[in-house]
Amino acid sequence: MAGITGKDAVLTEYARRLETLDAPKGRSLTQDAIRRLVRNTAAVISVFVVAAIVLFAFVGPYLLPWTYGEIDWSNIRKPPNFEAGHFAGTDQNGRDMLARIMQGTQMSLIVAGVATLVSVIIGVIYGAVAGYFGGKVDAVMMRFVDIMYALPYILFVIILVVIFGRNPVLLFVGIGCLEWLTMARIVRGQTLSIKEREFVEAAKAGGAKPWTIIMRHIVPNLTGPVVIYATLTVPEIILTESFLSYLGLGVQEPQTSLGTLISFGSPVAETLPWMLIGPAVVLVSLLLCLTYIGDGLRDALDPKDR
Amino acid sequence: MFGYVTRRVLSAIPIALIAVTACFFILRLAPGGPFDGERALPPVTLANLRAHYNLDLPLIQQYFIYVGRLLQGDFGPSMVYNDFTVAEMLWIGLPFTLMLGFSAFIIGTIVGLVAGAFSAVNQNKWPDYVLVMLVMVGLVIPNFLMAAVLQLVFGVYLDWFPAGGWQAGSIPHLVLPITVLVLPHAGRTARLMRGSMIEVLGTNYVRTARSKGLGQRLILARHAIKPALLPVVSYLGPGLSYLLTGSLVVEQVFALPGIGKYFISAALNRDYGLVLGTTILYMFIILAVNLIVDVIYAWLDPKVRYH
Repeated sequence: MAGITGKDAVLTEYARRLETLDAPKGRSLTQDAIRRLVRNTAAVISVFVVAAIVLFAFVGPYLLPWTYGEIDWSNIRKPPNFEAGHFAGTDQNGRDMLARIMQGTQMSLIVAGVATLVSVIIGVIYGAVAGYFGGKVDAVMMRFVDIMYALPYILFVIILVVIFGRNPVLLFVGIGCLEWLTMARIVRGQTLSIKEREFVEAAKAGGAKPWTIIMRHIVPNLTGPVVIYATLTVPEIILTESFLSYLGLGVQEPQTSLGTLISFGSPVAETLPWMLIGPAVVLVSLLLCLTYIGDGLRDALDPKDR
Repeated sequence: MFGYVTRRVLSAIPIALIAVTACFFILRLAPGGPFDGERALPPVTLANLRAHYNLDLPLIQQYFIYVGRLLQGDFGPSMVYNDFTVAEMLWIGLPFTLMLGFSAFIIGTIVGLVAGAFSAVNQNKWPDYVLVMLVMVGLVIPNFLMAAVLQLVFGVYLDWFPAGGWQAGSIPHLVLPITVLVLPHAGRTARLMRGSMIEVLGTNYVRTARSKGLGQRLILARHAIKPALLPVVSYLGPGLSYLLTGSLVVEQVFALPGIGKYFISAALNRDYGLVLGTTILYMFIILAVNLIVDVIYAWLDPKVRYH
């Protein structure tokens, strides 16, 4: 083999050993992060619990003898009764609590998913634009965020919900529209440092338009912090939604959500405890696990805190 | 420092004005009105009512009338509770809400700071684990659920405190509501304090202080506490805003006479004056606290003053 240099020889040797699998392999940053996440027991357990709750909410209703709106006239306000198929009792209208809890969890999860998506989209684009253009644009845009921060936003949600009716879609969008502020701040901070990097300069030199640079070069590099913060936004939104539902401003009967169930359960908790315990357990474990997953992701992806 | 404070106060004015304007127009541009009852009013009566409350004027004119009155401290009439002006209603509820909110705010902040600092100093020992666990519980249990559970356990089963209601000057009536408000606030504060304190304790200047032989207490008091407070102080503004919205629920659940209980019914009744008045009042409280927080922040971190 003429012309082969010392370096080529090393590389060839390495490639050969890679094929026979006895070479030391490098670890990518993602693999590193996954390893750290897997070592975090609380986060791993939480992932399984959340997966179980999602299955419970979306598959569970098909396995039950009762639907969430159906009334069982012979079992009104009854404690759990396995023979009649009411595994978590019935409410004052004779509807099966387990089916209602499943439907409520489903609603809370859907609201959380859609609202988080809305808040991520708005927050990322807003923050990236403010950070990329900098100067006056940045000052005005972030001043607006400061103003929004200073306002009691839940009052705005309440006003919006009352005024435009209790439309679930509006609830999703309304909550999402008000939860993007922190996301915008985080994204802006990251963008400020990313835009000074060489690949952005290269893109500029290549004549790319600002919009292309933001969407193709800056946004993909924001994945880490965005994922972390989005995970932490989900429990926040579930909490907001249940708060609104608790005040009677959420989804409408016969549909329900965890907050609504708790608001009906708490006044009668002394005599009909199963009406409060079920939804409360689901809501609290969902929030707890989502928070643990968010914390775990942050510890795994954010090198600063290590 | 004086210049900084003046600048902050001046910049709060446009914020307040923008927020008032936004509230006013959102509320007015929505369908429905305060006089849409079960039974439709005769058109003449309706016209008279609308004229009485200036609702027949162009919206812009109504806006200027409202802002003009607001500047003189007049929140206008309530359109549903005929016997009261909005200012009178708010004046009845405000002292209570402020008392409840600020007691919870102060207790929660102190508890949170102490717990967070203690947790950080004992990082990865059992007191830390216990506190982190407790903080998590405080954070994830929604206030309305916590209220129901506390009412049931301490109000009904154990009968230690009244489960609701209010008698002037009665401290037992306040224990449960304040606890419900304190827990999440203390939890968030403790979490932030723990994080920033751990970071500060790992810095070089703390190591220097340790290596020249300072005792733990002196290090904490002289070098660690002040910089560790920064992220916590910047959270206090949003924290108070969470607390006040939490007091909406707490006032409802415990049947307490604050301004929070007007807000929801007023929004449902489209009582423009009362909704606007309540929102504006909440906003002013929050803006004022943000201002104070900013000033404290500037005192703690001199860099801020020059930006």
